[in-house]
Formats: sequence, C-alpha cells, structure tokens
Amino acid sequence: MSTVAHSFRGSRTVISGVLRTNGGRIGLGLLVITFFIALFGGFFAPYSPYETLGVPGAPPGNGHLLGLDFIGRDVFSRLLYGGRSTLVLAGLATILTYSVGGLIGLVAGFSRSKIDPILMRSVDILLSVPALLVILLLVTGFGSGSLVLVLATSLVLMPGVARIVRSATLEVSTRGYVEAAIARGEPTRALLLREVLPNISGIVTADLGLRFSWSIILIASVNFLGIGIQPPTPDWGLMISENRVVIGSNPFAIVAPSVVLAMLIIAVNLVGDAYVRQLDRSSGSE
Amino acid sequence: MVNPVVVSGPPSLPTPVVEGARHRSHPVLWFVSKRVGAALLTLFIVSVLIFLCTSVIPGNAVTVILGRSATPHTVAVLEARLGLDKSLLAQYLSWLGGLFHGNLGNSAVALAQQQPDPSIAHTLKDPLINSLILGGITAILLIPLTLLLGALAGIKADRALDQAISFPSLILAGLPEFVTGALLIYIFFTLLHALPPVSLVAPGASPLSTPKILILPVMTLLVVAVGSGIRQIRLGMIEVLQTDFVQFARLNGVKERRVLVRYGMRNAVANSVQTIAQNLQYLVGGIIVVESVFAYPGLGVYLVNAVQARDTNKILAVSIILAALYTFINIVADLLVVFLVPRLRTELV
Repeated sequence: MSTVAHSFRGSRTVISGVLRTNGGRIGLGLLVITFFIALFGGFFAPYSPYETLGVPGAPPGNGHLLGLDFIGRDVFSRLLYGGRSTLVLAGLATILTYSVGGLIGLVAGFSRSKIDPILMRSVDILLSVPALLVILLLVTGFGSGSLVLVLATSLVLMPGVARIVRSATLEVSTRGYVEAAIARGEPTRALLLREVLPNISGIVTADLGLRFSWSIILIASVNFLGIGIQPPTPDWGLMISENRVVIGSNPFAIVAPSVVLAMLIIAVNLVGDAYVRQLDRSSGSE
Repeated sequence: MVNPVVVSGPPSLPTPVVEGARHRSHPVLWFVSKRVGAALLTLFIVSVLIFLCTSVIPGNAVTVILGRSATPHTVAVLEARLGLDKSLLAQYLSWLGGLFHGNLGNSAVALAQQQPDPSIAHTLKDPLINSLILGGITAILLIPLTLLLGALAGIKADRALDQAISFPSLILAGLPEFVTGALLIYIFFTLLHALPPVSLVAPGASPLSTPKILILPVMTLLVVAVGSGIRQIRLGMIEVLQTDFVQFARLNGVKERRVLVRYGMRNAVANSVQTIAQNLQYLVGGIIVVESVFAYPGLGVYLVNAVQARDTNKILAVSIILAALYTFINIVADLLVVFLVPRLRTELV
C-alpha cells in the first residue's frame, strides 16, 4: 500500500525524504547549483560565447577566469551557456521515454493477451545493440538535428521503462481493487488512469533519476563525438572534445566543462539513490 | 517449478507430458539450439534495421560525400557503382550475400576519390585488432576486479569497507567515459607528466609495442565498468547471505570462511555471470567513446569517422560486427549460467 500513499503525497514530502540522507542532501545541493548554471548561467556571462577575444589557449588571467579556448573565446562564458542545450534535450528525451515506454508497458502489462509478448519482444530488439550505436545509426539516417537526438535517445531508453512499467502493472492489475473495478465494468482507459497508474507511480519515479542521467550522458556523448550539436554552439560535451588541442596551455578549457557535467550527473544519481532508499524505508516499515 | 521436468535423468526416461517430449530427451541441446536460433533471428532483424537506417535517404549520403563536385551525372555514376540504383531489397540481399563471403562492400568515399582499391574489408583489419586488444586487456582486468570488490562490499555490507568501495563506485560509474577520460588526462598528463594524452598508433604497428598508450584508455573503461558491476555483485551477495541455507549453515556452526566460499560464492555465480556479461557488453559500446577520447585507431574511431563522412557501407560493417559481438556475449552468458547452476535447468524446457 505504500505506493498508494506515495502518489498522494506532495512533492514537499519527497524532498524532505531525500534530504534525510547525507547523499541526498549533497545531491540536491549540487542539483540546484548545476541546474541554475545550466539554465540561467548565460545571463551572468561576462563575454559573448562566440567572440574571439585573444590568443587561443591562453591560461586564466586578464579578466578571463578560466582562460581562452582553442580559438580564443572566453571559456567561463561558454561554460555558463553550455549546459542549457544538453539539459533541455535530456529533459525532453526523458519525458518522451516515459510517455512512450510507459504506454507500451501499461498496455503490455494489462492486456493479458498475445499483445504482451509481441510488444515486449519488439522492444527487446532495441536492447540487442549498444545504445550509442543505435543513436549513431539514426543520426546517419536522419541527420543530427535536435529532434533526431531527442527521439533517438528516448528510443534507446524506452525498453527499460516499458519493462519496469509492465511488471509493475502486471503486479497491480491482479489486486482486489483493480479486479473490483473490472467487475464494475469500468472502461479500460479509466482503469488504467485511475486504478493502475496512481499505484505504480512510486516505482516509476524511483527509476526516473536513472533514465534522466542516462539521457544526459547519451546526449553529451553524441555532442562530444561531434555528431550532435554543431559548433560554434557552446556545449559542455562539445567543449571537451574541441579544446583537446589546447590541453597543454589551458587545461581548464577541458577540466571546467568536465567538472560541471560530472557534478550534474552525480547530483541526479545521488538524488535518485536517496529517493529509492527513502521508498525502501517507508515500504519496509509498513 | 510448476511442471515436473526430467533434467538429469537418462534420456530414454518417458516424460509424463506428451507435448514437447521430444525436446526433453535432450533438454540442454534443445535449450542451446533454441537460444542460438533466437539470437540469429534477432541479429537478422537488427541487420535489416541497421540497413534501413543507413539507406533512409539514399541520395543524401552520395551528395554529401561528393560535396561540391556533385552534379546529377557524378551522383548517378557513384550511385550505380554502389548499387544504389537497385531496389532496397536487392541491395540488402546482395549486402547480406557478401557478408557470408567476407565481402563488406565498397567505401563510398574511396569510390568518390577514385582510389584503386575501394573495398572495405582490408581497412577493417587493423581497427578490429586494435579494438580487440583494448577490449581484451580491459576484460582481463575487469572480471577479477569486479568480482573481488563486489563480493567484499557485499560481505561487509554497510560497514566501513563497503562504504569505501560502494560510494566511489556510485559516483564514478555514473560519469560518461569522455568526462572520466578528460579528468584522467588532466591528472596523468597535465599534472604528473606521466602518460600521453593521446593513444596514436602508426598504421600497421601494434599498440602492444607501445603499451604506455593503452594505460589511460583501459583505466577509463575500467572505472566505468567496474563501478557499475560492483553494485550488482554486492546486491547479489547480500541476497545470497540472507537466504535460509546460509543462515542454517551459520547456525550449525560452519566456519564463516566456509560459509562464504561454499554457500555464498557458489550461489552468487548466476548473478555474477550476468553482471560480467553486461560489463563486457558495455565494453562493446564503451570503446566507441573511449577510443575517440584518446584518438585510438580502433573500430570506435573508424565508426565515428564513417558516420561523419556518411560512408554507409563502413557504418554497416562496423555496426554488424558490434551487434554480433553483443549478441554473442549474451548467448555465452546464458549458456554458462545454465551449465554452472543446475537448479536453473528446470526452467530450460
């Protein structure tokens, strides 16, 4: 019954649950900082992220906190601008993953017919190739636009969500209150929305952090490989790859975006982990 | 557990259920062929999907490759030489047929540049060997490290040793390879001047002749793979140590060492094999990014270059190799689990 209780709790209790562990506290702090940098950092940038300001690869100094990049642009300004695209695309990919994967999982788990194995086997095909390879192939076929990146990322993350939602649905749909609703003759849509969905939301939320951090990693990796977001757009993944030529003279051009990207991913993982622990604790106490 | 299945009995033993009796006379053989068949089917579907992906916009690749020299005539000539003027089905069948003869088709870029030998197969040999060396060394280190650290963390769950292993692995395993790689380059090249930041190998040379260049790529792969493996091995160990038979063994006064080895480790085998398999599968994809970080001339760099150049036949070739490797690891792990853990054989049929 813990899952029922969870779905009716507000987001405030979720946060206070996360804050109960050290990892959760550190994670949430980092999450707020990195989200702020990624989404609003651009407003505080001292220079334009596109303007060449001096010697390529110059070390910190002369009003440039993190020095200049491989063609002489201000690294600090590019850092402040460079998180938005990845974060927004990863967010969109995560939402899409849950919409499609969730729907497939719900239908497969609730159908009790041949649809279930057919859906799950087709979804499993996507798991038989490395995720990054699927994305590379789709980029080859459809180009490297933002839309393709989001679609490709959610396509490779979707099977995992479908599986989790399916098994949770399967478990919930045999419970008394669902059987009762079926006996009352409620339409399938109402059954799924009112009986099943609220009762699997806890399990689904616990998985959210993991998918989100994978979205960030996949999109940042594709950008790093030079087949995602194209230069001269400031982007953390792209910055790490394009500034490798100046690692000798200004290592901060690589280290700074690596550190913020690492902080963002660690933050998401810590918060996700703390949420799962809190969920385990509250279901264990009942 | 529901239906009684004869597993280890003599093959001639009549089984109570008529349907499927034939399968049960050689359950293991039946299982192996069923798994291999399913894997081949998956690989076939994957090859069709990969093929479709690379030929969605047929004119596009050729136009991109020809660049400014693209005229309707040059495009048509190159398309004809690549066989793109035929139907999609004919193209797929001729590609698949070539695959069985070790012919992976021609490089569109090499054709466009009118190189004397545009065939792909010989350009793949060095990258394939280089990747196998990188992946092989990583795997040799990866398996014992994951098992040892994971089992230790599981046995000492929630104590200081567990914390010392689990917390760093949670942090490090989550990072993308290129971030870990960049930070390792910063430490070992910029700060310590100990290792080279790139792992270049001269064409035709073996990376083993300059082992120093392999250290950072292997380390990067290990950090990510070992970190995620530890978590699963640890959980599996904790689960096994909480089972009744382990508790009974302890209550019966069996020495802790013996409990861990005879009862714990043995029953954690299935979970461990799966974890290691997932780790090795991860390596198949992980090399794509790690090789790019260090400019190591393996399949990953080859693939990324091909994607950037839209050289579709090269992309096809690498993709099918990686997909086959991925599937192969899967089957081997499945079979290994069944042979190592007799209990699971009841689920065979």
